[in-house]
Amino acid sequence: MATKQDRDDPNMARVVEGAAAHAAAPLIHRVGRWQRREQLIGLLFLGPAAFYLVAFYVYPILLNFYMSVTRYTAKSFVTGEAPFIGLDNFKRLVSNPDFSTAVRNTVVFTLGSLFFQFAIGLAIALFFQRKFPLSGVLRALILMPWLAPVLVSGAVWVRLFDMDYGVVNFVIRTLGVTSQHIAWLTDPHLAPISVLIANIWIGIPFNMVILYGGLQAIPGELYEAAAIDGASPWQRFRYISWPLLRTVSTVVLLLGLVYTLKVFDVIMSITRGGPANVSQTLNTYAYSLSFSLLDFGLGAAAGDILMVVVLIFGLLYLRYAYRVEREAGQ
Amino acid sequence: MKKQLFVLGAVILAVAMILSACAPAATQAPAATEVPAATQPPAAPQATATSVPGPAVTKVSEWDYQSADPQKTQWQTVLNECTASTGIAIDRQAVPRDELITKVLLAAQQKQLPDVLRIDNPDLQQVADTGALAPLTDYGVDLSGLYPNLIQAGSYKGKVYGIAPGINGMALIYNKDMFAAAGVQPPTTWAEVEDVAAKLTKGGVYGIAFSAPATEEGSWQFEPWFWGAGADLSKLDSPEAVKALQFWTDLVTKGYASKSVVQWSQGDVNDQFMAGKAAMQQNGVWNLSALEKAKINFGVVPIPKPDGGAAPGPMGGEVLTIPNSGDAAKMEAAGKVVNCLLSDKEMLEWATLQAYIPSRQSVAAQSVANDPNMKSFVDAAAAEFSRTGPPANLGPNYSKVSQPLWNAIQAALTGAKSPQDALTAAQQQAESALK
Repeated sequence: MATKQDRDDPNMARVVEGAAAHAAAPLIHRVGRWQRREQLIGLLFLGPAAFYLVAFYVYPILLNFYMSVTRYTAKSFVTGEAPFIGLDNFKRLVSNPDFSTAVRNTVVFTLGSLFFQFAIGLAIALFFQRKFPLSGVLRALILMPWLAPVLVSGAVWVRLFDMDYGVVNFVIRTLGVTSQHIAWLTDPHLAPISVLIANIWIGIPFNMVILYGGLQAIPGELYEAAAIDGASPWQRFRYISWPLLRTVSTVVLLLGLVYTLKVFDVIMSITRGGPANVSQTLNTYAYSLSFSLLDFGLGAAAGDILMVVVLIFGLLYLRYAYRVEREAGQ
Repeated sequence: MKKQLFVLGAVILAVAMILSACAPAATQAPAATEVPAATQPPAAPQATATSVPGPAVTKVSEWDYQSADPQKTQWQTVLNECTASTGIAIDRQAVPRDELITKVLLAAQQKQLPDVLRIDNPDLQQVADTGALAPLTDYGVDLSGLYPNLIQAGSYKGKVYGIAPGINGMALIYNKDMFAAAGVQPPTTWAEVEDVAAKLTKGGVYGIAFSAPATEEGSWQFEPWFWGAGADLSKLDSPEAVKALQFWTDLVTKGYASKSVVQWSQGDVNDQFMAGKAAMQQNGVWNLSALEKAKINFGVVPIPKPDGGAAPGPMGGEVLTIPNSGDAAKMEAAGKVVNCLLSDKEMLEWATLQAYIPSRQSVAAQSVANDPNMKSFVDAAAAEFSRTGPPANLGPNYSKVSQPLWNAIQAALTGAKSPQDALTAAQQQAESALK
């Protein structure tokens, strides 16, 4: 501890000196003291947040990373011994074909959810832009999927998708599309799509609400002026709504991205990642490695990879936000 | 920029100080708690160390995974009776099966294991391997007259760590009315199983129902066919294993069993059977009481080997263990409770309630006398394989083989892979997990 302080102190002094020299005024002494006090108060305010971040984010993430380079098994919990094995877990993970399925599913699931949730959400928001009787009630009803607990929605979708007695197949057969019983949840090609459909359904209301709010914020005069100029409905959307929704859209998409990457309960309650791991995402796969196979090191390695993915998107977002801020400033 | 650096450095310093402030506190903590501890509990360990009779401990904790009724209440019934006879209160926590092992591992890490722990028998060796359990023989548990395969499943490195009051197994349970209407006899070979299933499949009713989810249940349900064909868990892609998986796959692809079997738990399978959606089901003995209560006209036959004769199934049942809590007095009390739960009287009562096979052979004979439907199950019990035991002797590594196996079953049944490819991949995965 002492060595660290020794190392930090000269640094601090140098920085403070620099700041003082910068001030370059006759009142150097008093200003310096005032500045130092202000900085100290600032640090006190930072303290709780910094402690929270370290205790609940930095520490668990570092621990997870440490677990991913050790052979951490059920035994390790009792004995506390987990031998260091370097990148072995990552090698074992990458060589498993289920892992590449999980990665592919994560990408398809995330992009598919974002695209359809946004497109359908926007369409519904535009629909509600014009007032009609009971539009308020209808809008409230559309929120339902968002309000229902995900596990409940999951159980309902399992019923809907049931091969023999499900509503979806009943409707399809009644409409005469096909007389086959479609195995929505047990066909290895369909199961990931079925989970995707359910997740899109759950996410539409969120997109709709935020985009509707964004549309409401666009001044009505713009549309009136455009109408006078003879703009078609498409042109009004293309040249007014769409560009003015850009900021809101970005927020919706980025929040949606984070929500989708961490989706766990939807998949667990509908297919549990099955059959034969075809509908696993990185998230559920990491869980099954840790808590079903009890290979905690391997699960931690899968978790690491997911974190890196999230980090990349997080950085992209920060860069984007920074650019928007700068553009707004100019 | 410099200012930011300064702030960053200061934050790191502050955090380091906070953390270092925590560290000595953590090392001091045990010393602080030792003081009050010295004034109170030591009386108890000393009392039992000198083996003074009379219960010094009046309460023990117990964990199990029978968190759903009717099993939850049935187990509580015998726990209550043992409280009455031993004078030791039992503080029970029933958690869902998926969560129990994780909870146990975390508790082991925190040194807060319960005094009595009831876990599924294939998990026993894995938990014993961690060193979290104490040998039962240290607590006077009577092993005489128990099924030898049960003792084997409960043993690790020559010591017995877990014994179940009752064991279970599977059989084919068939709907007598549907069989009579179709004019067929219960099957005794694989060919007959398929033939009978084909004849009974019509109009929304499947010929056979079984359970093949992506959990231990999937491997467990497949094992009678797997072992019946002559396969062995040490080689998942043997020709015998492929033959067994091909048989199951055919039942599904030919439409005699629902494609939903990969989703069904055994409870779902029994629901299908009770609702008349399946003419025959592969299921466990524990369903008998519900079937009898529902007044369904059913019969029970063993799961056959390919050319006839009963196939060896996996032995089911949850074993009672005494974790190493470090508190001698409490472990002693836990021993008394376990002994009570394994007594002939409680064994028979609970096994009857839950429709399990009592694990002492003399008691099992009594239960057949009470309920003739138990006969198929009790006859099969002695020949059941312990999943962790011979022929493969996987021990604590059973789950590393079982998981690739259930994934292979799912891949084959859904048509994602051929049985051969699925099992070859499973064998590779098992080998890399065992390395």
